[in-house]
Formats: sequence, structure tokens, C-alpha cells
Amino acid sequence: MNQAAPAPRENQGDPVVRIDARLKVTGQAGYPADIVTANVAHGALATSSIARGKVSELHTKDARAVPGVLDIVTYGDLDKTDMPKFGNTGASSIGPLHDKTVFHDGQIIALVVAESFEAAEEAAMLIRADYEDERPSASFDSKGVKMEPAAGKSPMFKEDAKAGDFDAAWADATVKIDEKYSTPTQHHNPIELFSTTAMWQGDQLTIHEPSQNVTGWKVELARQLKLDQANVRIVSPYIGGAFGSKGPMTARTAIVAVAARRIGRPVRCVVNRMQAFGTQTYRAETRHRIRMGAGKDGRITAFGHEAWEVTSRPDPYVVGGTSATARMYNYGSVLTHVSLVHADRNTPGYMRSPPETPYVYALENAMDEMAVALGMDPVEFRRINEPEKEPIGGKPFSSRSLIKCYDQASEAFGWSKRDPTVGSMRDGDWLVGMGCATAIYPTAAAPCAARVRLTADGEVRVQCGSHEIGTGVRTIAGQMAAERLGVGMDKISVEMGDSALPPAPVSGGSISTASVCSAVMKACDAIREKLFAAAAGKGAPLAGSANAKLDLKDEEVVTETGKSAKLADVFKAMQVGAIEEYAEFAPKGSSPEALSKLYAGQSEFHGGENDEDSVKYAFGAEFVEVRINSYTREIRVPRIVGAFAAGRIMNTRTARSQLMGGMIWGIGQALHEATEIDQRHARYVNRDLQDYLVPVNADIKQVDVILVPEIDHQVNPAGVKGLGELGNVGTAAAVASAVYHATGKRIRDLPIRIDDLIG
Amino acid sequence: MRPFVYERPTSVSAAIAIASRPDTVHVPSTGAGTQFIAGGTNLADYMKLGVARPERLLDLNTLAEPALRQIRIDNDKIRFGALVRMGEAADNNDVRRRCPVLADSLKFAASGQLRNMASLGGNVLQRTRCEYFREISWPCNKREPGSGCAAMEGSNRQHAVLGTSDACIATYHGDFAQALVALDATVDVEGSRGRRTLTFSKLHRRPGETPDIETDLAADELITAIEVPLAQWSSRSRYLKIRDRESYAFALASAAVALDMDGETVRSARIALGGLATVPWRAREAEDTLQGKVLDEATAQEAAEAAFADARPREHNAFKIPLGKRTLVRALLETRDMKG
Ligand SMILES: Cc1cc2nc3c(=O)[nH]c(=O)nc-3n(C[C@H](O)[C@H](O)[C@H](O)COP(=O)(O)OP(=O)(O)OC[C@H]3O[C@@H](n4cnc5c(N)ncnc54)[C@H](O)[C@@H]3O)c2cc1C
Ligand code: SF4
Repeated sequence: MNQAAPAPRENQGDPVVRIDARLKVTGQAGYPADIVTANVAHGALATSSIARGKVSELHTKDARAVPGVLDIVTYGDLDKTDMPKFGNTGASSIGPLHDKTVFHDGQIIALVVAESFEAAEEAAMLIRADYEDERPSASFDSKGVKMEPAAGKSPMFKEDAKAGDFDAAWADATVKIDEKYSTPTQHHNPIELFSTTAMWQGDQLTIHEPSQNVTGWKVELARQLKLDQANVRIVSPYIGGAFGSKGPMTARTAIVAVAARRIGRPVRCVVNRMQAFGTQTYRAETRHRIRMGAGKDGRITAFGHEAWEVTSRPDPYVVGGTSATARMYNYGSVLTHVSLVHADRNTPGYMRSPPETPYVYALENAMDEMAVALGMDPVEFRRINEPEKEPIGGKPFSSRSLIKCYDQASEAFGWSKRDPTVGSMRDGDWLVGMGCATAIYPTAAAPCAARVRLTADGEVRVQCGSHEIGTGVRTIAGQMAAERLGVGMDKISVEMGDSALPPAPVSGGSISTASVCSAVMKACDAIREKLFAAAAGKGAPLAGSANAKLDLKDEEVVTETGKSAKLADVFKAMQVGAIEEYAEFAPKGSSPEALSKLYAGQSEFHGGENDEDSVKYAFGAEFVEVRINSYTREIRVPRIVGAFAAGRIMNTRTARSQLMGGMIWGIGQALHEATEIDQRHARYVNRDLQDYLVPVNADIKQVDVILVPEIDHQVNPAGVKGLGELGNVGTAAAVASAVYHATGKRIRDLPIRIDDLIG
Repeated sequence: MRPFVYERPTSVSAAIAIASRPDTVHVPSTGAGTQFIAGGTNLADYMKLGVARPERLLDLNTLAEPALRQIRIDNDKIRFGALVRMGEAADNNDVRRRCPVLADSLKFAASGQLRNMASLGGNVLQRTRCEYFREISWPCNKREPGSGCAAMEGSNRQHAVLGTSDACIATYHGDFAQALVALDATVDVEGSRGRRTLTFSKLHRRPGETPDIETDLAADELITAIEVPLAQWSSRSRYLKIRDRESYAFALASAAVALDMDGETVRSARIALGGLATVPWRAREAEDTLQGKVLDEATAQEAAEAAFADARPREHNAFKIPLGKRTLVRALLETRDMKG
């Protein structure tokens, strides 16, 4: 069961090995900061040590005196450029060098450029700022924060979901839960540090930077620098850890580009780990109040979810995960409300399942509490509340295999052996606890273009400006082409991660497999059409065969009756050497301008709860066992089992890796991960991997992934639901449920640590 | 990183001669312009962060004296040269057999890579990981005497509850030192004023009003060896380390325990507590309560209460008091159950 390459079940593709596996493990995959460039100068950032106020004076004399320093880019030097914008492609509207206002801790106040990295770092440390500082507001409980309703503040979150008469149902409910939950601040800490390398050739600018959105960045950077889009290129062939952190472009990219232009040399700026906390995006802390009412029969009659999210002063970053929690079960009535709390913080941004991770954590914790209050098995409780239709719009689910996931995961886990009595299971000095929770993630797709070329010798080249963020999308796009064009994987090459390629949407929202595969499939099908027409044409090798009956296999065009013609012969008949097709895919329901928006760097998402015909989600069920020492209360997770259904699985190996990685992250979110904020100063305190804890190998024992077969023709032509962000949803709630089962303590605030269980 | 002079002396006396230039003495050893470097896993880190700003580094790895790299085990003592790597000592079977607490305090520290680089001399002198000490824009009495202590009213979950002062509450994070202080180890030191042997408990200083003075060493004094006496209690000894994750993390609380038992009764106990105090912490009050008693949950609990009688929590670290007590209780009972 616990294999790296699970045997494919129904509607699941082969566990093809990643086409870049060898390059990656032998260190030959070139990440953006590895690009060798002659004459490169090194940049280092200087950042603010206050969170709110103004820089009254910047002292750069000592820094300039450091041998090897070439330039210092600071206030005034960006005046000829446009301010960054907050939105899909831009991380924040704060233009740190456009304005001496300090909006948050660790805001860029200068970029030092020097002959060596060491000189740049040293000089950056010598830059001193005098501030007119004001008392900052750090988070929810701080004086001076501004609160407002979130609905309508972001195009991603238009309204608060509601259905039925919540107040009446709540008043009538026989069993009630009314509890508060919270999730902490979390920062992206990919092992590949954030970096920008900028090079100019005349008016042409090339940026090497890990990016999940090369087309969007090209457009946005051209706007900021007032350049023709054709003169900007973003290159990002490999990415070492993305998860949303490299989705929106930050202010640094333009600053480094300006520096390179000023000194007439390429400039590379690799941001150190501490400074990444203030200069990149992160998952902001959230708070939740859940009210749930049910009858004695276990049917939920009322579900209320209020939530609060922190964002920066200027930008309304909203995740609004109530859109998913409100559609999870058959609630009867629903009332939700999301509030934004503006504090003196940098603007948050996407982190793996941005809305679902915190919101589903709260919901699933409440579900577990309700099951206990009802005296009901938590799996049974979910079964009883399985909806026919989603409760908000009354639309059907395009497919929903949640109960199958629960059945297969609980069987593999051995749930039936769990004694439901709290604190009843023990192994020597260790308390044993078992818990479970639901995972959900919306299935979406966005317009995408791809170019596919087939030559007479069967070589296939796929080009698409999507991004290999570690998910395996390059391999999967290749698999799709190999399957449609009837060639082996050894004949396939796939180019991605370059804004010079056909545009693809941002690699976020788990849309890449669906969007990219649908575009690649369309291009391949156009090639098939041409080949088949030629092969069946007058005087051609398979003359007289019906097009629809032809297929491609082993580099041959084959008929149903077993006749075949070699690709090379068909090309000969056509008198061409290569067939190249450029295809544009737009999901059902796309606006007429959706495809032109793709070239303008904007991704129009379709799916999730927004389609007319149905709502589209992938589901999963996760079961966790914890062990808690009866004396010292440290929590360990010996095993976790997750079963997931996500439509067609393109590649069982890469799918398993995504889900396994998600569950591991989920364990980290449950037990380890949290950014500490100094509440007096609104500053991040644990800004390195020594204090910002993530699980290490020794923390992760047995992780089992079950890929539950599911067929869904409604979601997109490829039949694929995204699963990159599914695995870490619900995990923390499953852990919380297991901790409760072991100890009788209900921990509602993450992470769950010894502090909560001792004493 | 600031430029610095890097020298590779080839003998202890040569190293001391360079280190005892007048500019380097009369300041706390960590503030001197000239610094020794061994594995560099602590010092190089702090240099990159701008916390340590030496003008001259003396690399100890080129010192020729063979004893600096040797582990010598006699009937009544183990002697570690100061340049022995943590990993080497942790993996030494004789050390483990004769005195498990020594091997485990090293094995549960840091990571394999770090243990391969880090020396025992550098290990005992590792500086605190207080987040406010590590980041130079914060006030910190240890880094900038008189500037204040940002941790006192700030984020102080990992800070100390024992041995604190109004000036500093930074934890001493090392693990090995807990075993050493429990076992009455001694440290051989050599400097321009000659050689001396310090009992390990005298090596570190509590913060008091001068948290910048961390040890009893002068700036030109070099640790050459660490010696641990072996006795009845050595083989019945144990290191229990409780942390947020299973590996590669500092202790929230730890206990080094060595017991000399007469059947069920404690003849004598040696106890040190880690992750909880500003210096390697010998819990003598706890030891005293156990002497002559049958060791069980109740007497272990009594010892734990005694160990924390003077503990002083701050806003986020109060959990360390019950955790420290339970860690000690568990360590005592687990050590009791070892084969003597
Ligand atoms: C990520 C990380 C995790 C860690 N986790 C743990 C842990 O869990 N437990 C733990 O105990 N430790 C841990 N450590 C600390 C580690 O054990 C120390 O960094 C290491 O032991 C220091 O030894 P070194 O030889 O590298 O010292 P160096 O960095 O070379 O020196 C440290 C200090 O000692 C001085 N010095 C070195 N040798 C001598 C000598 N012979 N005489 C006089 N002065 C000398 C130096 O001048 C310097 O001030 C961790 C470190 C890191 C980076
Ligand atoms: S606890 Fe000590 S080291 Fe930490 S900030 Fe305060 S004075 Fe500095």
C-alpha cells in the first residue's frame, strides 16, 4: 500500500518516472539563482526594523565605504517606475522605495549592490535608518487595527454564503456547539531561497527568478518599468518549493532590475532567510467562531461560521474559506461572515490551500466536537450529513466520493479497532489517540495555451509557459502528449517556465494539470486530425479508413481492423517534416475575453462553486494516530492514512507524492509550524529554520495514500481534478481529534504543543 | 560578513600567544577582537548575523597536539580532547557503555552534519539562541550591555525559568554540558597565565547584572580537555530530552540523571536540567531529597518540586515548570529501571 508508485486503478495513469528526476537528484537541474552569468554583481537588501512610521533619514555612508560596493538603490531611485499593484500577479501595493512610509517590519529600505555577496551583505547591515516611529498594531487584539467586512473587498470573495433561516434553526437545535478556533501565522520557508537575477541587453530585460506565473509577471514588470512587454522575459525552469510563495511578484523584482540597469551589469539578489519573512507573502493568522446545531438523530440543522483574517494596512487580501465550509455538509441552514482586520503587517498571500487549510480546520474540529456531543462515531456523523446537493446554491456536485474515501481510509487504518472512550487506549507510558477529518479542495481550471510539435521520427516537443513547481506537471504534460500521439516517454521533451512560451495561467489553485493537459490534449488532437486525414486520404497508406476509427500507437497510425502505417510514411505522404499545432484551451463558462486576458497575464478561473451546472470539488478522508507521553506530553504521529478521490489521476506516482507531502505538511501545521510575533513591535521573532519548526524525517513515520477511483466528465476535457492542495486540508483537525481522543483535551488553537497538554 | 584576519596556529602555545595581545584581554571572552574557532557551527553563524564581530579568527583545527583529538578511557575517568567532534564521542561504544548519559546528550543534539563538524570545546561554549540576541536590531543586554532585554516582555516561550536575572533570561541550550555538570566533570584550560583546571560548574556564569560575561574564561584561555570521573553511578545514567519535534531541535526541558542505587534505595543521585536555565543547571536540592530514599513516583515528584522551588516564569514559558518537573520524574524512573 505504501509504495512510491501505486498500481493504477480505474481511470488512473501509469506511475511514469518524472522526466527531470535524474537532473534533480544529480544537481543538474538549473534553478533560477544557479544560472551562470558573466560579470554578475550581487545584491543584498536592507530592511526596516520598525513596523510603522517613516524613514526620516537613511545613513549609507558606512555602507558605501565597504570595499567592493558598487551602488545603493534607495528612495528616489525608483521614481521613474510605476508603483506595484496588489492583485493576482502583484504581492502588495506597497512600493517600498517609492515612499518613505513604513507599513511593516522588514520592509525594504535599500538594495546594496557589490562585487561579492559578502560585501553586499556587510554593507546592507551597515545601513542605518532614523525613523519617526509610531506604535504599530500587530494583530487581532492590538489597539488601532481596522476591521471591515471581507465580502466584496476581493474579486475572489464576493459575498458571505448563507442559506435558510439560521437563527431559527439555531434556536431550535437540541444539541449545540459554539466554539472558537484559531490558526497561527505561517511563513513560506522553501529550501530554495527567494532570488532575482536581472540582466539587460539594450532595452531587453531578462529576469531569472523562481515564479509560478511567468506570463503575469512579464506583464506586471513591464508595466512597472514602463517597458514594452515584448522586451521583458521571465525565466523560471525549475522551482525549489513554491506552494504560492512564488505566485505573486514582490517589489524586489523591479528594484533589482533598476539596479542592473544603473550599473550596466547583471545583478543577482538572493534574499536571506530572515529577510524573506518581511519581504515575501505568508499565511496570516485566522480566528473562527463556529456554531453548529443538530438534532438527536445526528442531522445538522444549523451551521454558522464567522471568521477573522489579518491583512496589511493597504491591501485587502482575503481567503474567505467559508465558500468551502458552507458547502461541505447537508446543514439545513447556513450563516457565514468573514471580517478583514488591517494591521501593520506585510501583505499576506497564497500558501497551499489558502482558504481551506484554516477554515476546514475549524469546521472539522467542530464536527468532531459535535460527534462527541451526540455520542456518535465521527465517521458515521459525516455519513449522516452527506448532502445530495450543495446547501448554498442547491447545485449538484459534479462528483463527490467523500464516503468512499472514508470507507477505504478507515478500513486501511483499522478504525474499527478504536475504542471511542477518551483516554482508554494506551501503550505503556504512551496515550494513544485516533482521529479523522475531511479534506476538500475546489476543482478549477483556467485558459491555457500550448504548442506541440511532432516530427517524422516520432520526436515530440511540448511547449507551455506553465511551471514545474515540483508537482510533476512537466512529466504529466509529456504523458498526455505521449498518450495522444502514440509515442514513448523517451521521445518527449517538455519546455516550461519561460514567458517566451505559449502563455499558461498562474500555477496556483491546483489548476495546472487540468488546464495544461486540456491545452496539450487539444494541440495533440489537432495533430491527430491532420495525420489521420493524410493517412486515410486518396492514395495514402490507409486510404479509405474512417478518420474517427484511427488511432496512434507505437509511432504508427492504426486502424480498428489492425492495419497500420508508420508515422514516417504518413509524413512522407504529406511531404512535411514536422507538424506543429498551437492550441488554446478555455474552460466551459469562460468569458469571451478569457483567452485574450491570458496573454495579458490574467488567469480567469472556472470551477469550484462558481459554475452554473454543478459545484466541483475533490475530497479526501484522513485518519491519524497520535501517541502522547503520559508524563511529558510530547505528541508523536506514528501513522496517517489518507484516501482521496480527484477524478482522473494522470500519474499515480506524482499524485501520491503530492498528497503525501500535503499530509506531512498538515502534521507540521498541527504540531510545529507558527511564526511568533512580538506583539509590542509587530515584528516577526523566529525568523529562521532553527526556531520556525517544520517536521523532520524522524517526525514522519508511516504515511499511506489511497487513490480512490473516480470518473468525472464534467470538470474539464482531461477529467482531472487538482490534488496539489488537497492533502494538507483537514490534517490538523484529524490530529486535534486524535489528541482529544488520547487526552480528553480539546485544543482549538494551532499549533498543538506540549504547552497545551502539560499541567 | 565583516572582513577578518584568519590565522592557523599550529600549537596551543602559539594560539595563546596570538590571543593574549593586549587588545584582547580585559573584555569578556566573547567580546574580544580575537576569537578561537573550532567547528564554527556556532561562531560562524553569529558572525554572519553580525552578532559576533571578531577582527581575528584563530583556527584551532591546525593545532598539532594529538591529545586535543583523543578520547581516553581509564578505569576511573574519561578524558575528551577539546577538538574531539560531537559525533565521534556520541558514537564511541565505550563511552556509551561506561556512561550512557554522555553519549546520549551528544546524540540527541543538533543533527548528524553538525555533530560531524562541532567540537566538544566549542559545544560547551555555545552561546544562547535567544531570538532577540540573534537579531541585532533588538535591544539585548547580553549583546549590547545596558541596552535592555527585549525578551523579558516579548516572546519568551523558549526562555529560562531557572537562574534568570532582571537583566537576562536567555536559556543555555547545550545538552552535553548538562551531563558534564551532573557528573562533576572538570575542564582543563590553558592561557597566558598558565594552566588551570576548573570544575565544570564554575565554567559558566549566571547572567546577574552582567549577562555579557558568560564564562569564567579569559579571552586568551583555551579549553584543552574535558575530564569526566567514572564511578558507581556512571553506567546507570540517562539523558532525557523533550522537544517540539523528534529530532533536530533544542530541548524545551531535559534531564541528565545518574544514580547510585542500593537495591531500590538511592545511595546518591546526580541531576542536571537543560533547556530550563541560564547556565548548565545542577539540581542539588533535588538530589538531596532523594538520598537514602526508595525511588518511586512519589519521591521522584518530591525531588522535582525541590528542583523548581525557585523557578520564575515569564509570559510564555510558564509551561516549562510543570514540564521540567515531569521530565525529571520520568528521567528518574527510567534511570532507576536501567540495569546498573
Ligand atoms: C541548527 C543547529 C542545531 C543545534 N542543536 C543543538 C542541540 O540540540 N543541542 C546542543 O547541545 N547543541 C546544538 N547545536 C549547537 C552545536 O552543538 C554547537 O554549535 C557546537 O557544538 C559548537 O561547536 P563548534 O566546534 O562548532 O564551535 P565554534 O562555533 O567553533 O565555537 C563556539 C564558541 O566556542 C569557542 N571555542 C571553540 N573551541 C574552543 C576551545 N577549545 N577553547 C576555547 N574556546 C573555544 C569559540 O571561540 C566560540 O566562541 C545546534 C547548532 C545548530 C547550528
Ligand atoms: S534574554 Fe538575554 S540574550 Fe535574550 S534579549 Fe534578553 S538580555 Fe538578550
